[in-house]
Order: sequence, then structure tokens, then C-alpha cells
Amino acid sequence: MKEIVISNTPDGSPHRGGDAQRAEGVSLFDKIWNAHVVQQVEDGPTQLYIDRLYCHEVTTPQAFDTLRDKNIRVFRPEQVVAMPDHNTPSDQQERIDDPIGRKQVETLAKNCAEFGIRHFAMGTKDNGIIHVVGPEKALSLPGMTIVCGDSHTSTHGAVGAIAMGIGTSEVAQVLASQTILQSKPKTMRINIEGTLPEGTTAKDVALYIMAKLTTSGATGYAVEYAGSTVRNMSMEGRLTLSNLSIEMGSRAGLIAPDETTFAYLKGREYAPKGEAWDKAVEEWKKLYSDPDAVFDKEVTYRAEDIAPRITYGTNPGAGIAIDECIPALEDIAEDERQQFLSMLEYMQFEPGQKLEGTPVDYCFLGACTNGRIEDFRAFASVVKGKKKADNVVAWLVPGSWLVRQQIIDEGIDKILEEAGFELRLPSCSSCLAMNPDKVPAGKLSISTSNRNFVGRQGPGARTILASPLVVAASAITGVVTDPRKL
Amino acid sequence: MAKQKFDIIQSTCIPIQIDNCNTDLIIPARYLASTTRDPKFFGDAFMHDLRFDAEGNAVSDFVMNKAEYCEEPKKGVHEIIIGGQNWGSGSSREHAAWAIAGYGVRVVISSSFADIHRNNLLNCFVLPVIVSKEFQQELFETVLANPQAEVKVDVPNQTVTNMATGHSETFEINGYKKYCLMNALDDIDFLLENKGKIEEYEHK
Repeated sequence: MKEIVISNTPDGSPHRGGDAQRAEGVSLFDKIWNAHVVQQVEDGPTQLYIDRLYCHEVTTPQAFDTLRDKNIRVFRPEQVVAMPDHNTPSDQQERIDDPIGRKQVETLAKNCAEFGIRHFAMGTKDNGIIHVVGPEKALSLPGMTIVCGDSHTSTHGAVGAIAMGIGTSEVAQVLASQTILQSKPKTMRINIEGTLPEGTTAKDVALYIMAKLTTSGATGYAVEYAGSTVRNMSMEGRLTLSNLSIEMGSRAGLIAPDETTFAYLKGREYAPKGEAWDKAVEEWKKLYSDPDAVFDKEVTYRAEDIAPRITYGTNPGAGIAIDECIPALEDIAEDERQQFLSMLEYMQFEPGQKLEGTPVDYCFLGACTNGRIEDFRAFASVVKGKKKADNVVAWLVPGSWLVRQQIIDEGIDKILEEAGFELRLPSCSSCLAMNPDKVPAGKLSISTSNRNFVGRQGPGARTILASPLVVAASAITGVVTDPRKL
Repeated sequence: MAKQKFDIIQSTCIPIQIDNCNTDLIIPARYLASTTRDPKFFGDAFMHDLRFDAEGNAVSDFVMNKAEYCEEPKKGVHEIIIGGQNWGSGSSREHAAWAIAGYGVRVVISSSFADIHRNNLLNCFVLPVIVSKEFQQELFETVLANPQAEVKVDVPNQTVTNMATGHSETFEINGYKKYCLMNALDDIDFLLENKGKIEEYEHK
């Protein structure tokens, strides 16, 4: 990372196509972006330097093939970190039974060996979901530019970085040049102010914002989350919030680093040590939006308006507070009714229906959204001393081996076991149907993952998105349950 | 994916009137485990779970299976998709763009695209064209009323024209990307030519 330049666009050009150069302060996003500009292509995108590329098995094989086609090496292999996560089974990790998935995981290992890239192999203590492992090993640091062929790369923005999902062609570009061609997004600040009510988590905040903004409300923008609610959030909560930026359409969700960030990162495996740490923190303290920074869009929400939430449709923006009813047909705009009804048809719900009390078949705790230690603590706090409902299949899947170890060290595994739950092995698991943890057709799942798309958890599977507290309460009763009422 | 230079494309269209058509719909996750680059593999998986039921039978009322729209794309035929708004939301999987390109489509027209998918389309030499909601609606109406109706996408002049009504709109594309599309050039080649600038940045 280069020294942070506190100035306007590096070439002095008008800011994002505006008519006049802005005189105001600089946003967090612009500070980091400007410090990474290699060149501005004439009438084209910015060539942006990338500090960290993460690779997983699904979106990289064809990128390595491109390097072979062109007979080139990885330009900066030391800045690339790879690990399989999507195909990884969560019941055992001795083998992958599906030959296609197995080949993909083996291909990643082979490519990493051939091109000299650090690889956290399946079943080893370093492995886990990239978006859990990166921050917890301090491979993702404030001020960095971070990319990965995965839309939930936005997660890493919570440490104060520009972190974006990219496609496989772009993975090849970064492998080949450690840079990427990107048009600069507009900026949006989302402020959340006040104290969150009981039983309400960062996940509920994100689901609330999505319902307000819609799933395309932040398309074309890089989002910064600010306000007292965010300042008071734990690092795990912030990672959950940034993770879900893409579900509002935004590729990047940043949070200015502060003492919470520094305390989280300090002493972690790849964090700077000793004098280097002190120097780094001095630089990181400059990473905030100037008080007079102006955003292309700014919205503010009150924490007290947010409650535990659930989704009822097949996009993450189709959500309600858990004690609300699905909207009635007349409450939906006329041109959106057809889609509303087709979502409900898939979900086997009715307009105006209350979902609280609806029987669920599957409960999933995990994913890059809610697979961190705090999520397991929250889940355990609800199920402690109770028993899992017999009608429910529960998958409790830590986001990494480090999280799993912490669960065991804190004795949380015992609480879960006594309540009739089994702790599984780190994996993307049931977030997407690429490993054995598939929800069967027609079954209803309540899940801490990030997408309730048609077929996301398995062909024909129906998904309600919720927080770890709501999923835990529902796993105990066997029906959609408000954790405040359990 | 085969790279074809862009100039003027005039073709009949496939109307896929689904808003928020996410990349999980465009290509279901189970096709992502492949390490192949075979365009046919991905083209066959395009919109798979809407085109086929669990037994693999064609879903007769899905638009791509209707007699008027089922012909595989070739020059002048079904090279253009008219898509719903927020096309390509969700997962960053470039496989979705490979599926569209593999099926033979060269242009997707919508009133809005998800950011990552839009870049992926461009990198796969499929042109995403953004038009107004009104024009998108007009194009749907024209193509649904007359499957033989043609739309012209003129890349040099950055215009899209409904040949049935004569209505036309201009669309945005930056000069760099337009040059790349018209000359079938990849971003990666541009970046490799600029190694000097990258090293200069690193030593700053």
C-alpha cells in the first residue's frame, strides 16, 4: 500500500464526470482509491493496483488457463492467497465424493503449486471460507485494495478497505499484472444512528437496509457505513454488514477503521508486528471520510426502527420484521405484482400471511455472512438448556478452522451438543448448492446465509434469511420464531 | 470464448421479461464446478432450470422453448436478449456471461445491469446495452407482438434502434472499451503492455 494521499483525484480531473472539480473533503473510498491509481486510461477506466487477490476453486481454473495460454507467470504471487471453500463438505474432509467438485479443488492445489501461490488446503487448520479467513488472519488490512472472484468479497471492506467481487477474466488480469481496469463507482454513505433494540443484530440491520433500498438500490455505488450504530458494532457485526453490501447492488461496503478494528487485528497471524504495527496504525488512523466529504447519495436510518427480520421472497430485499405480515397484494406497486406473486408461489406463501409460527424443515448457521465466533455465541445463548425440535435438520457450520477451534475452546460445542446440535466442519456448506449440504426440493429452510434466490440452497429449496438469533429460536421450536418471545 | 469484432448487429431478439434475473438463474451453481472452457457446456446450461424441469423435459411455456424464440442464435437470429431490469444481480460468477456467450447471444439490452455481471459480459465480448425503462418496455412489446421484429445495435454510433417503430436511443460505452470491442482486444493484453507503469507505481 502506498502512502495515503489526502487530495482530490490524482490527475486533477473533474471528479466522476462532474462539471467542476470538487473543493470539499475526500471520502474514505476516494482516499484508498486515489492511493492505488496506476493510471487513468484516456476516455476509459482506471488501472487500479491491487494489494490482495484471494482465489477459491470455483472462479479461478479458467483464469490460470489464460496464463498458460499466454505463457506468463503470476506477477506478484506473494500478494495472492488461495483456499477452497465452495465445494468443501462439512461432514468430513477426507475426500470429496463428487468427481467434478473434487477435480476443481485438486485443480486449485495444482495451480497454486505450479504458480507459487500460498494455498490453505481443505481440512488444514488454515482453511475456511475466504471471507472469514482473510480478516481473521489479518491478510485483509485497512487501506488495502482487495479482490476475489466472489461477490461477497465486499465483506473485507469492514476493516476499512476497498474490497470487490470480480469475474474470472479479471482474476486473470490481476494474476498477470496485480492491477485491474475499473470505472470508478459513485459513492453512497449509509448512516445508522442509535442503539439497536433487543434481539436485533447486524444481520437485521443489513436486511432492513435492503428492504428499504431494494436489491439494486446501491448498484453503481461504493457504500460506506457510518453512524453511531456502526461505531458501536463489533468487528464480526461489521463484517456481516459489509458482506451484504452486494445484496443491495453495491460491490464494496467500507467502514472506517477505528479502535475496534485495530484491537481485532492486533496480534493476528499476518498483522504487522512491533514497530511496524505502530507505524501501520498511524497510517490507518488517516482512513476516514473528511467531515466535509460529499457523497453522491446519503441515507440515514434509525436503529430503533429495526427489529429482528426475515425474508419472505426470492430476493434478499423481500423482507419484513419477524412479527409483521407479508404485504397484501394492494400494498405492492401494480407493475411489481406479477413478480411478487411468482415469488410467493415459489415460496408457497400467501399475500398478507404471517410467517411467525410457520414450520421449518432446515436450519443453517454459517456462511461468510454469519459463520464467525460471535454468531456461534449468539446461537448458543438462545439454545442453551433447551432441545432442538425433532422436525428440524440443523447444520451448524463454522466459517473457518480457527472459528471452530474457538468454539471448542469456549465450550460452546458442549452447549450445542447438549441441546441436540452437531458442530460441523468449516465450509460454505448450505449457502449454495455446490457441496453435499443441499436442502431438498420443496423444503423450507431458515438460514443465516445471504441469498434466498430460487434454487440457491438446492433445486426447489425455499429459503428464509434471518439472523443467528432467529435461526436458533426457530431450531428450538421447529417453527419461525421471534427470539424475543422464546 | 471466441472473440468477434463488434460493428453493427441487426437481429431478432429473445425477450426474457424477468426483473432481478440473478446469475443463479442464468446458470445454476451445480454447473460452476466444471474446470472447462467449452462454450457449448455453458451455453447448454444457460437458464437451465427455467428451460428444463427436474426430469430434464423442456418447460413448454418458458419463452426460450416457445417455437418463435427457440431457434439457436446465428447471424441475424436471436443474437440479442431483451432482459428485465437489474439483469445479472447476485453472484459474481463469470459462468453466467459464459452461458450467455456460449448460447450464442452477442448483446443484452436492459434498463439496468448489476455491476459485476456487466463487466463480466464485456470481458466475454457480450455487449450490455442500457436503455431507458420506457424503451425497454417498447422493445418487449414489439418483440412479443412480432417475434420476427429486428433490433439494430450500432456500436460505432452507439445507437440501438427498434426497426419496427424506427425509435432509437443512444447508449453509453467508454472510448477505450468501444475500441477493444470493435477490434476484439482483451483488457489483459492492455495490462501486460503497461508492466512498466505498474512497476513504477510499486517503486513510488
